[in-house]
Amino acid sequence: MSTVAAATGSNGHEPSYLDYKGKHSGILGWILSTDHKRIGILYLISLSLFFLVGVGFGFLMRLELISPGRTIMDPQTYNSFFTLHGVIMIFLFVVPGIPAVFGNFFLPILIGAKDVAFPRINLLSWYLYVFGGLLAIVAILLPGGPADTGWTFYVPYSIRTNTNVIIALLAAFILGFSSILTGLNFVTTVHRLKAPGMSWFKLPLSVWGLYSTAWVQVLATPIIGITLLLVAIERLLGVGIFDPALGGDPVLYQHLFWIYSHPAVYIMILPAMGIVSEVIPVFSRRTIFGYKFIAFSSVAIALFGSLVWAHHMFTAGMSDTGQFVFSLLTMLVAIPSAIKVFNWVATLYKGSIDLATPMLYVLAFIFLFTIGGLTGVMQGVLSIDIQVHDTSFIVAHFHYVMFGGTGFGFFAALHYWFPKMFGKMYNRKTAKTSFWFLFIGFNLLYFPMFIMGWLGMPRRYYDYLPEFHSYHLISTIGSWILIIGLLLMVYNLYRAIRKGKVVTEKNVWGGETLEWQIDTPPIHENFSEVPVIENDPYQYKMNEEILEKEETS
Amino acid sequence: MSTNESTLVEHVHRDDVGSRMGMWLFLFTELLLFGGMFLLYSVYKFQYPDEFFLAAKELNTIMGAFNTAVLLTSSLTMALSIVAIQRNQKVLSMLLQMVTIFLALFFLVNKYFEWSAKFSHGIYPGSEELLSKSSGEILFFGLYYVMTGLHGIHVLVGIFLIAVMTRMTRMGKITHDNYVRLENTGLYWHLVDIIWIFLFPLFYLIT
Amino acid sequence: MEKHDYYHEHSHSYGIYILVWLALMALTAITVAVAGMDIGKFTVATALIIASFKAYLVLTIFMHLRSETKTFLIFVIVALLFLGISFVLLFSDYSFQ
Repeated sequence: MSTVAAATGSNGHEPSYLDYKGKHSGILGWILSTDHKRIGILYLISLSLFFLVGVGFGFLMRLELISPGRTIMDPQTYNSFFTLHGVIMIFLFVVPGIPAVFGNFFLPILIGAKDVAFPRINLLSWYLYVFGGLLAIVAILLPGGPADTGWTFYVPYSIRTNTNVIIALLAAFILGFSSILTGLNFVTTVHRLKAPGMSWFKLPLSVWGLYSTAWVQVLATPIIGITLLLVAIERLLGVGIFDPALGGDPVLYQHLFWIYSHPAVYIMILPAMGIVSEVIPVFSRRTIFGYKFIAFSSVAIALFGSLVWAHHMFTAGMSDTGQFVFSLLTMLVAIPSAIKVFNWVATLYKGSIDLATPMLYVLAFIFLFTIGGLTGVMQGVLSIDIQVHDTSFIVAHFHYVMFGGTGFGFFAALHYWFPKMFGKMYNRKTAKTSFWFLFIGFNLLYFPMFIMGWLGMPRRYYDYLPEFHSYHLISTIGSWILIIGLLLMVYNLYRAIRKGKVVTEKNVWGGETLEWQIDTPPIHENFSEVPVIENDPYQYKMNEEILEKEETS
Repeated sequence: MSTNESTLVEHVHRDDVGSRMGMWLFLFTELLLFGGMFLLYSVYKFQYPDEFFLAAKELNTIMGAFNTAVLLTSSLTMALSIVAIQRNQKVLSMLLQMVTIFLALFFLVNKYFEWSAKFSHGIYPGSEELLSKSSGEILFFGLYYVMTGLHGIHVLVGIFLIAVMTRMTRMGKITHDNYVRLENTGLYWHLVDIIWIFLFPLFYLIT
Repeated sequence: MEKHDYYHEHSHSYGIYILVWLALMALTAITVAVAGMDIGKFTVATALIIASFKAYLVLTIFMHLRSETKTFLIFVIVALLFLGISFVLLFSDYSFQ
């Protein structure tokens, strides 16, 4: 891509987006900025804060479960904590996570654009995000106490409980709206703002991931929006919709809830898969294997993922036919996911693998996601689901997918793009140390839950039988190791921003995609000249051949 | 090494197709918002066919049909206002936009009378009269109030948007060669119309 | 990829809109009339078919879908398909309860 490098070369005069002087200065220059890169950073900061709050709730729940009976809190507090942990982690971290931070920062750069299609709507979606997030937090402090329904807000309990359910519902609704606006923006951006020569099959694979995600965000989110709104209306006005006392059907609520919330799982995982496809070729110095298969499998996952929602409800009283249909469809989703995994592994094969921090996170992703994914297929089997439904087996499964998948994908992206975003390098040794703490802590924390769940430990329970004690103990100790790793990572990155080694070279890792051809950190308009794309995004083999020729000649 | 500065400038400053694409995507979210409620409706209608039949008899078909006509006509005037601006007939375009607003208000006034008639018969959420009815009827009226209510809110938003457009037309911000905002408002307004096209038979005509 | 037409004209005349409006009004009259007849379980089906036809007219003419690029058409189909599939799958459960 030498032509591109020439086209986008820095003139050495333009300030980076971090130093750019716009209409406003100081903090206003950030919170009123419509620059997609600054909005990405705003998201990164706010997202990290909410994430740490979510981690805090998780830590306290694990601490409570370290021994049977009451340890540090009463059952009602525990119920609120698992609700808050779920709401914060899902709606404020995992769902927006990669699209809002890295999508915002890198999507326009990766397709050779100056910004997203609707920069002001982009900023608006950040404000909605923060407002929704604060609303969720405020609900804790108001009289009535935080919601205790779990993040799923199942009726009829969510209609009857006296806690601040309405505020929590409203928060989720607003966050959904923020997510819709991001999705709408990304779809239009990819369609309209691709640089000259950037055809669909020259798009980096993370763009395919984000694009498929954006469609699910646009199409599925409104359904949960209206469903949650209806619960709020039913609570406020006593309109008969879901309440069985008024003739309503609570199972219908579950259907509508999961019509969004299962595709939301793919909103969470698809961008992370995009990151994996981005990182693997760079650190194994090989062209991605099966580009089109990976690209289309993203679309296929988005499609199939929208058809499987009712596998969350096998025990809720569905018809046999319904169970059969949804069980079958659930198995089908595994196919495109497996295609991705095989292609990643095939890319690694015979590559010259560099185990830098981003690569470690990505390899961990593949390992953990495979466990999470395969246990998911197990639950798609009707007879097994009856056994493990609502046990900690499920909790372990979705943490392997959400945290081991999306979370580790997020950390991979963070370590991969950090030098480009901030023009600073973190301490690589500390980064690797924190990775190992995270990885070991993670498995200690969640793997025992598989075993416990298989043996019959129900999820969301405050107390348990003594026979589960040793598993819970290991799990809680795992949570401490995990949190040490997290804090070490946050400290390492924070320190790097403050006084890390300054990076000015454009291509830190030897990547081939467009973001590595521009200044570090990028200038306000990303490119000083419009790039013209001539090559495919991952051309390592060709480079190697050129290098070999150069060496021999 | 070729550059293409002109395309980029165009993209940053003005991309009408992009604006409309964004608007269509937004309309999909609206469509699915109501789509979720139509899902609810269809399941309950399936579960309580007789009771829905009975409850729908309480609604005034003539009133509903009249309101449908009003809304369809407002869609026409909206579409015509865009043709007018394309042909640089500014005053005519503003006039047509104002007629649209008037028709929308008229729709809401009718709706108000319809609702208050129901209220005076004691049929409103949580009323004793309604709670004494069967489950299917309670659900029918629950959906009726929520769906027409949410639709009404969309009509209100539409009125506000069209009013803003009229103002912008007057100030010369919407012109014969730059009218994508008016077009997008039109798209929104037509979607509100489409929703009603389905609400009307499902609530008024299933008797 | 769409051609970037800087600004374009959906050059319709007043006439076609008025024609479509007349058609819409006529269809409304028909659907009310049909609802008055006793055709049993076909009532809802007929009403929905007529409504779909009305929606089609609004989409293609009033909302200019006919003169947009193919991309827009595909978008609309994707959105409707998503909603349609939701109905089908939901009833794969409810019809057999």
